Amino acid sequence: MDKRTLVSRLERILPTVEKPGRYVGGELNQVYKDWDSVKTHVALAFPDIYDIGVPNLGLTILYHLLNERQDVLAERVYLPWVDMENAMRQNGIPLYALESKTPVSEFDILGITLPYETLYTNVLNLLDLARIPLHSSQRTIRDPLVIAGGHAVFNPEPIAPFFDAFAIGEGEEIIHDIVNTYQAWKEHPTSRQDLLAELARIEGIYVPSFYEPEYKEDGTIRTIHRLHPNAPAQVQKRLVARLPKPPTRFIVPSISVVHNRVSIEIMRGCTRGCRFCHAGMVTRPVRERNVDEIVSAVREALEATGFEEVALLSLSSSDYTHILDLVSRVAAETSDHYLTISLPSLRIESFSVNLMEKLRGSRQGGFTLAPEAATERMRNMINKPISTQQLLDTAREIYARGWTTIKLYFMIGHPSETIEDVQAIADLCKAVLAEGKKVIGKRATLHAGVSTFVPKPHTPFQWVACDTLDQIESKQALLKRELRGPGLKLTWNNPYETLMEAWLSRGDRRLAKVIETAWQLGAKFDAWQDQFNYAVWQQAFAMHGIDPAFYTHRQRSEDEIFPWDHIFSGVRKAYLLSEYHASLIEKTQNDCRQGCFACGILPKYADIRRNNPGSHWKCPEVPRRQIKVNIEQTA
Amino acid sequence: MQRFRIQYNKDAPLQYIGNLDLHKVWERYLRRARVPVAYTQGFHPQPKIQQAAPLPLGFLSQNDLIDVWVEADENEFKEDDFFIHLQTTHQPGIEILSVKAVALNSPSLPTLILSSLYRVIPLDPLNLPEVQNRLKELLERNTIIRTRRNKTYDLRPLIENILLRSLPDNCLEFQMQLSAREGATGRPEEILIELRLDPHAARYVRTGFIMKE
Repeated sequence: MDKRTLVSRLERILPTVEKPGRYVGGELNQVYKDWDSVKTHVALAFPDIYDIGVPNLGLTILYHLLNERQDVLAERVYLPWVDMENAMRQNGIPLYALESKTPVSEFDILGITLPYETLYTNVLNLLDLARIPLHSSQRTIRDPLVIAGGHAVFNPEPIAPFFDAFAIGEGEEIIHDIVNTYQAWKEHPTSRQDLLAELARIEGIYVPSFYEPEYKEDGTIRTIHRLHPNAPAQVQKRLVARLPKPPTRFIVPSISVVHNRVSIEIMRGCTRGCRFCHAGMVTRPVRERNVDEIVSAVREALEATGFEEVALLSLSSSDYTHILDLVSRVAAETSDHYLTISLPSLRIESFSVNLMEKLRGSRQGGFTLAPEAATERMRNMINKPISTQQLLDTAREIYARGWTTIKLYFMIGHPSETIEDVQAIADLCKAVLAEGKKVIGKRATLHAGVSTFVPKPHTPFQWVACDTLDQIESKQALLKRELRGPGLKLTWNNPYETLMEAWLSRGDRRLAKVIETAWQLGAKFDAWQDQFNYAVWQQAFAMHGIDPAFYTHRQRSEDEIFPWDHIFSGVRKAYLLSEYHASLIEKTQNDCRQGCFACGILPKYADIRRNNPGSHWKCPEVPRRQIKVNIEQTA
Repeated sequence: MQRFRIQYNKDAPLQYIGNLDLHKVWERYLRRARVPVAYTQGFHPQPKIQQAAPLPLGFLSQNDLIDVWVEADENEFKEDDFFIHLQTTHQPGIEILSVKAVALNSPSLPTLILSSLYRVIPLDPLNLPEVQNRLKELLERNTIIRTRRNKTYDLRPLIENILLRSLPDNCLEFQMQLSAREGATGRPEEILIELRLDPHAARYVRTGFIMKE
């Protein structure tokens, strides 16, 4: 379809859909380049609606890195909401990129970010709306190269057939390798197979069609066969030795989206080693940006956007080396602008209250803490050791300093959790609220956000079973019974959505046909409570004779070969197993900034660390094993 | 404190945003332009800016107006400075036409608006005599009772003037002057409905206001 027809058809349907501002582009700081002025055209897609996709930091980074290149243009693609999708299908409008309104199928490369698993059916819908064949094997050299990255692709197997390649790990450098390889191939575009073979040479690229799993009778994997000489036995994730300058020219959406703010990543990785945490394992090692760089990025970004909120992002703000200095300087930078500054993931200690007090702007919300579990035994098991007393002391401090709402995050379904451990969540919440009432009376409120644990690949809990529906429901029933009354609020996850997340997270390649069938039966927007349809998924599993419990409720044996074992996050499987064993005896592990526990990162990435020396990389120095060799002196 | 009235055009990049969102766009635009906008007092201070009249989603606007209060002593912040601050700051979809100082105690902008002027262009070719007839019939009616948001009202007295002219390729253009007083606002898409034309298949531009004084 030519662009003029597309745009004139759009003009007729936009007045008929909800929030048409999602579909037009043209926002402040979008980059528009003449199509014919560049060699390579990249469409960057977030497989959910504009409102969710625009604030995504990963795509923002890639958008700016690619558009800085003279020879490349990058444009954005989001999924239309249900009403717009229907209108587009009825009017024969293919999925298009926002900047130039060019159909996605005309781009050279389509890069899709997958930060979480519940986007998988949306990927199929996106390809279908873009009129790109769903299976890599059906695509020709006229179709775009379809790649994915993001945290979910550390287990790419459930969606392996739909992608030509996956980029494992951090995208800042590999994105250029991908484009350069594509450009070289495009000089003499022989076959798609040749392109994939060249891509497979790039460190961090996984070409799924070059591998084939073989299964045992019990359904577990016997071995994974390599089908191409360029395919490495294990694909090692990419990481950047030093975080590059953060993006500051954020797109400023003209309509309200989920996060309307400047986001500056202050640190990547986490040294805490919480055993349930996927991000904490796959984003190692810790690398910090320095304070000057962050402060000037905040200033630049505010000038470029006019946003009223700044988020300083990391997995654990309290662990940033110069957090007090950073917070003071950012607060000073923004004091006369009525701005809000958010600082997620604070440790449960009174120092965090001091930090938040420095940032307190005009719009004061609640204070969020994440103890994750309520008994000491559970917290030792998951390796998030804080004492109940410390939590109560911190809570009292928070209420005393003027916050009226505390939000506590917990998870149910940790391995070996009993109903007593769940009861303890309710008791602890009440105890925290009681502290608040002592200080500020009836104004004190407590919000308990209790989600359900889903075991994730590449973590110490990758061997354990997820709770069954019965277990989840009886634990939630207890909480709903206990946590009611004035000042208490409880939120929880739909257990069926938890099960879906569980089978998608640790699925293998056989799940691909279930996902495809579920999508054909109408599954999409699975992350949306009002759209998720469990029955459709059950039907899809039944049609393929696969039992979802194999993925969700099965305790894996310690010698099982996992579907994701040929993807290497930098953290060794043996280390994960030792951490799993430590959890079983409720043994905690210290912050690894204090001393290295040999997770595997340092030896694997020793070269890039050596080539980028400096204090930004927070792994401790490990003394090299000294081998004494006596050299005989010759006179 | 000083008060300024900005005249501007709202163009295509901001066509599909509503009033609350446009308000946000202005807040951010003024912040980027380093205009020391005054804030309201109270628990949730808000920038003091006021739009003239809400504009329906999908409409473009010419000669639109917005008032901005600035934290500065009288005559400290000059009209020209304000104009240059805005002109040199990029905001897709807003073209600044003029900036004028307004007396702090003068009536609020929305109360000054009497009528809005619109240009409406249906996207499809239409038969001019046929539409002329329908328009004539419509204007001859004494009452045009319609229901909007469960409220019944008479559209007829809100119509002050409607002209019809032909464009190339059998297309038509309406020029409408509709009442825009508080609680008595005529909407051009409702006129298209009464003329049995598809209100979605049209381009709408509010071209200006008729104001008191």
